[in-house]
Amino acid sequence: MTMTDFLTVTNLRARIDDNGTPKEILRGLDLEIPPGEVHAIMGPNGSGKSTLSYVLSGREEYEVTEGSVRFKGQDLLALEPDERAALGVFLAFQAPVELPGVNNANFLRTAVNAVRRARGEAELDAVGFLKAVRAETKRLHMSDEMLKRQVNVGFSGGEKKRNEVLQMRMLAPSLAILDETDSGLDIDALRIVADGVNSLRGPDFSALVITHHQRLLDYIHPDRVHVMAQGRIIHSGGPEVAHELEAKGYARYLQAAA
Amino acid sequence: MPAVTETREAVETLSQSTYKWGFETDIEMEIAPKGLSEDTIRFISARKGEPEWLLEWRLKAYRAWCEMEPPLWAKPHHPPIDFQDAHYFAEPKKKPGPKSLEEVDPELLRTYEKLGIPLHEQALLAGVEVPEGEEARMPVAVDAVFDSVSVVTTFRKTLEEAGVIFCPISDAVKEHPELVQRYLGSVVPAGDNFYAALNSAVFTDGSFVYVPKGVRCPMELSTYFRINARNTGQFERTLIICEDGASVSYLEGCTAPQRDENQLHAAVVELVATDDASIKYSTVQNWYPGDAEGNGGIYNFVTKRGACRGARSKISWTQVETGSAITWKYPSCILAGEGSVGEFYSVAVTNNHQQADTGTKMIHLAPNTRSTIIAKTISAGRSDSTYRGLVRMMPKARGARNFTQCDSLLIGDQCGAHTVPYIENRNMTARIEHEATTSKISEDQLFYCRSRGLSEEDAVGLIVNGFCKDVLKELPMEFAVEAQKLLQISLEGSVG
Repeated sequence: MTMTDFLTVTNLRARIDDNGTPKEILRGLDLEIPPGEVHAIMGPNGSGKSTLSYVLSGREEYEVTEGSVRFKGQDLLALEPDERAALGVFLAFQAPVELPGVNNANFLRTAVNAVRRARGEAELDAVGFLKAVRAETKRLHMSDEMLKRQVNVGFSGGEKKRNEVLQMRMLAPSLAILDETDSGLDIDALRIVADGVNSLRGPDFSALVITHHQRLLDYIHPDRVHVMAQGRIIHSGGPEVAHELEAKGYARYLQAAA
Repeated sequence: MPAVTETREAVETLSQSTYKWGFETDIEMEIAPKGLSEDTIRFISARKGEPEWLLEWRLKAYRAWCEMEPPLWAKPHHPPIDFQDAHYFAEPKKKPGPKSLEEVDPELLRTYEKLGIPLHEQALLAGVEVPEGEEARMPVAVDAVFDSVSVVTTFRKTLEEAGVIFCPISDAVKEHPELVQRYLGSVVPAGDNFYAALNSAVFTDGSFVYVPKGVRCPMELSTYFRINARNTGQFERTLIICEDGASVSYLEGCTAPQRDENQLHAAVVELVATDDASIKYSTVQNWYPGDAEGNGGIYNFVTKRGACRGARSKISWTQVETGSAITWKYPSCILAGEGSVGEFYSVAVTNNHQQADTGTKMIHLAPNTRSTIIAKTISAGRSDSTYRGLVRMMPKARGARNFTQCDSLLIGDQCGAHTVPYIENRNMTARIEHEATTSKISEDQLFYCRSRGLSEEDAVGLIVNGFCKDVLKELPMEFAVEAQKLLQISLEGSVG
């Protein structure tokens, strides 16, 4: 697989309807993630980080006006969210959504089997699923009791994020997008989340880690760090960029880009 | 978990034809001439070989009905019904002889097979119980109503040994006249309301259950109703009596074939519970709802009422209503025994042009009576759904309590949901709580599910089943699975 066969975002422009007036949030964004690499995106509030994650995973409210996203040789933007999931895109939500009355294990099994079916893999029966999920909850230091609860209902911030990581591991994505997964996590939870990502690292797994802080990147070591502002990537570099940002802030990049 | 898989399979099967069960069985019918008069009633009564007292009872109901007007207070609207333009009696031609499997018209059995009713199971029909083992579950006795006449009754022997009588009400009239005469119309009087009076005049069959003192009915009882003859109103009459300390769980499910004209269905169900008796009555209702444009479909005007006559008796109604063009139905409890308990758990789904006006009445007569009402309403398409419920605390209902929760879920922006609670309290010590919510399936929820690989239909099914969980968990296992399927099927194509 050549680099351009994995994820290539070219001149991406996207907007959202803001009370009747279209508001452009992504303004010509370029990004390339080769297979097997973990990239981080850092940037101030309102720079469009979350929008990028939503556009990549197929949220309807965002209208792409220009540019393209190629993923594994396909036009990603032409696919439905569930088709993208089947193709290997996974979004770990910044604020995981509550599904009242829906059993967490039931939800997870339905999702896993939907994805497996779409990928042409055999579905997991109840026993097989339980075995697989128990192995994961153990790794994530989650109690099995969480599987019996309603999806994200009454979960603490840490529990929600762990649940996201559990879903990620069960769905076996090839591109995980973590949208500020570190927000609101204590150090222990942060380690567990990071371990969840690190354990997936390999030639067939890439990740896009969106974060405000250097902190998460102490545990998930990115291959590349991109600085995002005003809907574009304004600077890219190695892991050292994160340290520079932490030490000196965004100002110098913003000035340089202006 | 398997339920969801089945739901998906069911949806896949049904994605080609919207209403799976829209077919008509070709069986030679014996049909009464169109129209309703004293002669029609005499014809029905004679055909059924009824005793004089029952004929008189019917005629009295008919005369009361003639003086009544159809109720107009409900929200659903429909063109006036021409009661003279319908047949009031139809029965599949019976062969003489015992009602064994071989005697049953194979066409009938094929119909049930198409419906997925487990009647074709030879073991079940023969009354052989499911062997003990991993898959073993409580056997279900089926009293199948094909059109108006009960064709097959199973498990009668096992039940007889326990002292339980479970048979077509027309048989009960002959074999247990004293019980029928004593209880028929004692909860829903012949002239109770327009449709109950009509039913009392022309009811053709239904189920009769009698559980004597101290007996726990050894199995779930189940009846499948089905309208099959064109232009034939369906007037089921069900009577369930549970004596001191006895208990029974009764399941009713129905589905009707597709047709163009509207069909009237006006059933009456009466439940009687004496001291410490407990009756659980569960319904999954899937009458043909009409097509997407609102043509055809069943008019379902039902009177269901239970009397908790004894101390600490309990009556619990659970219903999942997905079908019918119009549903008009208020399963109620009269809490006359001290410390008696009434429950009502309901899911009502409307889609396309369906209209539902459903709820319950909890009449607290005695001290320390308790009632719980959990009503979940889901509206999609251009449908309209109303919860209408009455909680009445009478002067002697000292320390009585009610808790009511009504939740509405809207799908799309062209449907309607209404909650109309009537609360009457005449006792200062009574406590009444009412909670109501209205919500929409959020974009966030849908996107969250879809980003995990679920199709839109599956996502909606999952969210809706979650919304209804508090009610679905009250259903017996056999029905819970079917109900989940129905919910998703009923809402097919309602999103996006």
